[in-house]
Amino acid sequence: MGKPFSHSFIVEGRNFVQAGTASTKIKTMLKELGIDGGVVRRVAIATYEAEMNIVMYANSGTVVLEVTPEVVRLNVNDRGPGISDIDLAMQEGYSTATPEMREMGFGAGMGLPNIKKNADDLRIKSTVGEGTNLEITFRIN
Amino acid sequence: MRLSEIRDLLACEVFSAEDQLNREAKHGCASDLMSDVLAFSRAGAVLLTGLVNVHTVQTAYIAEINCIVFVRGKRPDESVIAVAKEKKISLLGSSYSMYEACGILYQHGLTSTMQCALNHTSPKRA
Ligand SMILES: Nc1ncnc2c1ncn2[C@@H]1O[C@H](COP(=O)(O)OP(=O)(O)OP(=O)(O)O)[C@@H](O)[C@H]1O
Ligand SMILES: [Mg+2]
Repeated sequence: MGKPFSHSFIVEGRNFVQAGTASTKIKTMLKELGIDGGVVRRVAIATYEAEMNIVMYANSGTVVLEVTPEVVRLNVNDRGPGISDIDLAMQEGYSTATPEMREMGFGAGMGLPNIKKNADDLRIKSTVGEGTNLEITFRIN
Repeated sequence: MRLSEIRDLLACEVFSAEDQLNREAKHGCASDLMSDVLAFSRAGAVLLTGLVNVHTVQTAYIAEINCIVFVRGKRPDESVIAVAKEKKISLLGSSYSMYEACGILYQHGLTSTMQCALNHTSPKRA
């Protein structure tokens, strides 16, 4: 792999039909780049959780994928309500998902903990009323 | 366990990727919560679920699950089947309940993919 690879995806809030397409594309791209299968799976899980959170809670967002010889990095940015208590949101089982979301299989309160578990580094910044930013880093071997 | 054996044991209808039932399921997982599947499953599992929407198929693709069994006679619609075909995920439908379907596969040697139980000690008897 030569120069760093970068690609940006737009995610629409509340669009459950489109939901998951950015993550599935990212997964396919990483496989094509020849990234280790275990890393690909971890990145895919984290991306999917982050993408679903934009769809469920925010108005709109972007996912920027960056790949260097050392790391895969995701920068996930949304405009939305923000998270007032990040420590609480990070707890397994904490969820404000609506009954409709739960019916679709979401709302276990496992998304953010899953991202943390799969990443080598996770930084969350959020401003209530403005939006949320996740910077997620995965080391390649 | 071969996917074709799962089809036979659970008397399944096959909705997609029928030509790929010679693949192996390494272990099983059952849930209607997609984040639980992503948290606790390992690559190569079969997923048993009562949820027939497209998110189930996407979750399977993300988690490297190549077979989904819909239980209690639930049927996916055409749009869900189309995504599964594209992702080469075998969709099966069984009329067994979740509990029965899991029991049958477990009894035939397909163990659990969920890595959560390993973290707990078994409950002590009084
Ligand atoms: N981008 C976001 N904007 C606003 N709130 C968010 C965002 N992401 C998460 N949250 C809040 O944090 C809570 C926990 O998120 P998490 O992803 O861990 O679980 P969940 O989305 O509720 O359920 P699951 O991810 O298991 O389907 C959410 O219920 C929501 O209240
Ligand atoms: Mg979530």
